[in-house]
Amino acid sequence: MHDLISITALGGTEPRIDDFGHVRIAENDGVALASVAARIGHEKTCRAVLKKLLGAVPGPGRAQLHDPEAGFCMGPDQWMLGAPKASHEMLADTLKDLLGNAASVTEQSGAWVCFDITGPAMRDMCERLCNVPIRQMIAGDVQRTVIHQLGCFVIRRKADDHIRVFGPRASAITLHHALITAAKSIA
Amino acid sequence: MNQINRVSGGQIDTGQSLKFTFDGRSFTGHPGDTLASALLANGVRLMGRSFKYHRPRGVLTAGSEEPNALVELRGGARQEPNTRATTTELYNGLLAKSQNRLGSLKFDLLSINDRFSNFLSAGFYYKTFMWPAAFWEKIYEPIIRNAAGLGSLSLKDDPDVYDKGFLHCDLLIIGAGPAGLAAALTAGRAGADVILADEDFRMGGRLNSETFALGDQSGADWSDATVAELSAMPNVRLMRRTTVIGAFDHGIYGAVERVSDHMHTPDADKPRQVLWRIYTKRTVLAAGAIERPIAFENNDRPGIMLASALRTYANRFAVAADKRVAIFTNNDDGHRTAADLHAKGIKIAAVVDVRPDAPRSVDYEVLQGEVVNTQGRLGLKFVDLRLADGSTRTLECGALGLSGGWNPNVHMTCHQRGRPTWDADIAAFVPGGELPPGMSVAGAANGNLSTAGALNGGVRATNAALKELGFKTKKPKLPQAEDAPVNLTPFWYVEGCNRAWLDQQNDVTVKDVKLSHQEGFRSVEHLKRYTTLGMATDQGKTSNMGGLAIMAELAGKTIPEVGTTIFRPPYTPTAIGVLAGRHTGQDFHPKRLTPSHKWATEQGAVFVEVGNWLRAQWFPRAGEVTWRQSVDREVLATRKSVGVCDVTTLGKIDVQGTDAAAFLNKVYCNGFAKLAVGKTRYGLMLREDGIAMDDGTAGRLAEDHFVVTTTTANALPIYRHMEFVRQCLFPDMDVQLISTTEAWAQYAVAGPNSRKLLEKIVDEDISNDAFPFMACMNTTVCGGLRARLFRISFSGELAYEIAVPTAYGDALMRKIMEVGAEFDVTPYGTEALGVMRIEKGHAAGNELNGTTTALNLGMGRMVSKAKDSIGSKLSEREGLNMPDALCQVGIKPIDPNDPVPAGAHLMNADGPVDAMHDQGYATSACFSPNLGHAIALGFLKDGANRMGEKMRLVSPLTGVDVNVEIVSAHFIDPEGERLRA
Repeated sequence: MHDLISITALGGTEPRIDDFGHVRIAENDGVALASVAARIGHEKTCRAVLKKLLGAVPGPGRAQLHDPEAGFCMGPDQWMLGAPKASHEMLADTLKDLLGNAASVTEQSGAWVCFDITGPAMRDMCERLCNVPIRQMIAGDVQRTVIHQLGCFVIRRKADDHIRVFGPRASAITLHHALITAAKSIA
Repeated sequence: MNQINRVSGGQIDTGQSLKFTFDGRSFTGHPGDTLASALLANGVRLMGRSFKYHRPRGVLTAGSEEPNALVELRGGARQEPNTRATTTELYNGLLAKSQNRLGSLKFDLLSINDRFSNFLSAGFYYKTFMWPAAFWEKIYEPIIRNAAGLGSLSLKDDPDVYDKGFLHCDLLIIGAGPAGLAAALTAGRAGADVILADEDFRMGGRLNSETFALGDQSGADWSDATVAELSAMPNVRLMRRTTVIGAFDHGIYGAVERVSDHMHTPDADKPRQVLWRIYTKRTVLAAGAIERPIAFENNDRPGIMLASALRTYANRFAVAADKRVAIFTNNDDGHRTAADLHAKGIKIAAVVDVRPDAPRSVDYEVLQGEVVNTQGRLGLKFVDLRLADGSTRTLECGALGLSGGWNPNVHMTCHQRGRPTWDADIAAFVPGGELPPGMSVAGAANGNLSTAGALNGGVRATNAALKELGFKTKKPKLPQAEDAPVNLTPFWYVEGCNRAWLDQQNDVTVKDVKLSHQEGFRSVEHLKRYTTLGMATDQGKTSNMGGLAIMAELAGKTIPEVGTTIFRPPYTPTAIGVLAGRHTGQDFHPKRLTPSHKWATEQGAVFVEVGNWLRAQWFPRAGEVTWRQSVDREVLATRKSVGVCDVTTLGKIDVQGTDAAAFLNKVYCNGFAKLAVGKTRYGLMLREDGIAMDDGTAGRLAEDHFVVTTTTANALPIYRHMEFVRQCLFPDMDVQLISTTEAWAQYAVAGPNSRKLLEKIVDEDISNDAFPFMACMNTTVCGGLRARLFRISFSGELAYEIAVPTAYGDALMRKIMEVGAEFDVTPYGTEALGVMRIEKGHAAGNELNGTTTALNLGMGRMVSKAKDSIGSKLSEREGLNMPDALCQVGIKPIDPNDPVPAGAHLMNADGPVDAMHDQGYATSACFSPNLGHAIALGFLKDGANRMGEKMRLVSPLTGVDVNVEIVSAHFIDPEGERLRA
């Protein structure tokens, strides 16, 4: 067992939570991520494995929601899969074992920062952040969008007042600043 | 002064008083007032000076089309010039100043310009300042620039913040007058997602300004009730104080919401304004219409305003512009103003109507004739009439209402090159031609100038739009409303006038239009530019039609034949700040931080921006007072023992698939198909045209898995390029790409003791035999953390790059420093990195500068002839393979104290120094602490065959002229023994 201690995307030892009452912004450090891209000629096999794993294969603009994450579509025959980091830190290896040559799998846990935004003002805040039709989105809808010049995924979670934002980890502080600013702006 | 012109009624809260100042004088007004209405209530008619002639000006309108009443609002850093008093909502403590004056508003010294008006006519710039030519830049232009403009800027940073936002809806309704409210009721009740935006702080539009009833309610009460019903609908979003500024592509509209402009200062953390981008499926434009004035001599005195504005001030704001008012009209609407004002107890001096069949009144005199002139130095006192029977008469009055008909607000219908069409019935342009997709127009904006027409038009347009979207709608029960026809005789200006003002904002007169015609500027676009008619903050909303009508008459054309100029966004002046949003100062662009950023900050690192990345440039230590001292130490320590540098920023692209090797064989000019698993290879990518694009390494972790490394700057472009190649050029290849730049923290560990250091961390054997130069592997560190190890060297030393998942980057850096202490491990930054790569002769961005080829870089033989790769064929072009082609060389000064600056050019030791005899140029330069003098890399014609040649390195721009010697680009360890050790 190695002796290196990880830090969160915002640089802390514990995820940061900012609760404004009308909206709550919580850094989520508990999601392991791996990308899956079907290989040419193996698409059916890849989808079959994903369906067994997730319950369904998410189509464009959709996520298959479990807790804390399951998978969402990133492009043609490309998905991002998530699982609890505590139990699935080696998610990419696990998926590769399941998918074999049917797909290319790449570890993405370290590439993203994850924020859960909840609260009655979530929609108002979202409107100040990015170009997603937040009031029309239903549970499981995913939009690739831009927040403060950063490419992000916004996933509408099961609760009506909950979205999850995945953004580039190296810019976690910038993204967090944008979220905090928007939250204060609509207070 | 005590609101001497305040009358009864109105939609203001007289129970509360608001204090404000104008030009240092204190006044009071009420909630619901605008600055203009409050000033008029206090008897202030003079509100500004005109642009060119500094003539006294007062308010002309009661809306955003105002050309005259522009003020500097607020003070200090929040001072905003050219703010329309007619749309400025009054708040307690409001501070306003008049502008464009020298001295006081009443005694403006620059009003002398008015005396020289004969010299300042249209086009005077072009004629007056022609001679002598030398005077233009030093004398004329500074004077003109100084005189130009109206208000002044504070030149301080804007202390307020601005937001941007995004909204989506089924139906956007622009304007909340009768048509807009009826449209919103229809759509709201049908269940559509509706946005109703209005620039005013009170919805209702003209309903707030009129006295006629809607059913058994006043217009304002019906508006209030309707707004209340809409407010209760969750699917309707009411946006007051929101100006839709433009109709853009694909159903996107820009709208500026003035969140805090009606407050003294915005609340903490709250924006002053928000720029909304509204995505809508359909749009109903219900922007109303703007009344137009009539031109006659001296028609610009304070107190002369649109008749509809007089009505608005009286009915909505409970303000009489004066105790005694006259009306000049060519249509029935002017009479409506007279009736309303009379009902408020205001004396009507007379209604002057150009028509012989004008309505009569028992309450006041109606005269057939024209207003031919006015009197009054700082405000209207008398109007001179010429009556139909040829007699003349002078009326005493302090306000004159002008009604020349109404212009539908077609602005937004033309934002995508649509042109309006002429409606002779109302003598105005109406929406026509091709509207922006999904837009329909209702109410006065569509030429329906009655209230009933507006209500019905709003419903009709909405039903049609929603039907297309699949909604079931029904017509709401509309109240009985005024439906008077438009009785109008077109009348634009009074014959014989000269200094009759068309565009009061730009001081354009009837005479100027005549001059423009006389001098050949007859196209409407030329007319605009020659006279400035329709320019500046109001964009000619009250003036364009008059100018067109006169030009048409002069040119012997009809008005539609003359046509309009192009309408462009924004509809009203828009603060630059709201276009920038939050992207200012420190937040101008996002930051990218490496995993060791916190650690580097603790070490006192000096950071440099590399794209969005912040990279440690050097790590100063106590006693070091210049950057060179730090950098020299870092270089020497690394070459002596071991150094560590955060190279996370280098682009990392995961390439997988059964065709991964074949794919890389296409994108790299050198061969990759046979690269063994566990090996890394330097690769060069070419553009299609054969020019070098980027270099880096690719490590083969498995038969079907490579990791490509790019330069920091090109991480994104190369990924994009590779995706283009994958998706478009070779879609049949089984290859998948994804960026992993941020997924892995990566550190270069370089120097003779680098292996010894890493042996304390890496869990596997990394001896030279087990892990030789250019090896790579998946491994573990520190007892089990997954990692990747590459034996590659940018510094020329024995070196490795080690990568771990980003979350562990901080911990790994601290571990490296901890276990490396016994080797005096030294962190080094990008400056030392640069010095060492120059010493080693490695090309970087300065050399891969978009003009150089593999041949130039000394890598001509890397371009494989045994395969086809992108750029390989065009790299064989004759022009890129001349015998004297540039070749990368090293440059050192003959006198070791001399610099060898990058950018300087190589010239033969003997011979002229000019572009014709240019031999090459230095690309990268540094001081080499190992050699004790400056060194440089550069490109030299036929450089490979000119080793040892003495040349001159010159830069005429900076005065550099140094004697140098051409040497190998590999200043350190040219045989590469260190990195293979």
